[in-house]
Amino acid sequence: MIHLTRTVETWSCILTVAALAITGEVLTAGAMRKIGDLDVIRAKSGLPGAIRAVLTSPMFLVGSLAMALNFFALLFTLSVVDVSLAAPATASLTYIGNAFAAKLFLKENVDRRRWLAAVFVCVGVFLLSK
Amino acid sequence: MKHTLSPQRYLILLTVLLTASVGDTMLSHGMSQIGAVDFHHLGLLFAALKNPWVIGGIVLLIGFFSSYLTALSWADLTFVMPATAFGYVVVALLSRFWLHEHLSAYRWAGILTIVCAVGFVANGPSRTEHEHTALEVMDSGAGR
Repeated sequence: MIHLTRTVETWSCILTVAALAITGEVLTAGAMRKIGDLDVIRAKSGLPGAIRAVLTSPMFLVGSLAMALNFFALLFTLSVVDVSLAAPATASLTYIGNAFAAKLFLKENVDRRRWLAAVFVCVGVFLLSK
Repeated sequence: MKHTLSPQRYLILLTVLLTASVGDTMLSHGMSQIGAVDFHHLGLLFAALKNPWVIGGIVLLIGFFSSYLTALSWADLTFVMPATAFGYVVVALLSRFWLHEHLSAYRWAGILTIVCAVGFVANGPSRTEHEHTALEVMDSGAGR
């Protein structure tokens, strides 16, 4: 029973970290796509103009909030789950989840090459944790 | 889709992967010094913000975030993601050739696998060109 509770707690932490990371990254990527090339904005309006363009995007702010929550959730998870499990598990789930979310919400052309890359990264991260 | 990455843009991707991997390592080291945080001692999370390793990690992760945002402004999320994963390879290679740690066959296989993943997307287009996504429509509505 204690073992089951521990397993549920471990995977709840890992799934929460991954879900917050995916939410944050997709919202941030969507915001940056909408804002446009920062190199061009910086050339036109300088660094303050580029910073203003980013910080006034509501989508970026919500994405940043999700990333901030992800940061504290990760700190919490690293203190209760072994880093050898937490790091590769959250990273792998985030990579695969991002590929799905990018195709679904950002309408990115996730072709066979990019799916293969996401799967290879997951496998690679797990092998590195061995 | 188009693929136009200048040397400056490859430099930004390099900054993304280096700051992310070194920053994460410093955070992990700092948190190992802080000890276990549970629901009854959540204040320890704020105490962690005074640890030099955690502070150093946060500074590097701010650098990561800036370069990451810049990369996302001209490349797809699914193009930038494998570049960030390459940071794992950097840490593994540093531990082998700088710290002279032993790398098992599994880890060498992991390095090879991630290098392949980066190769898959590095040779492909960096950006999907389209009109408007559902998220962009939502954001323009929220901004009014």
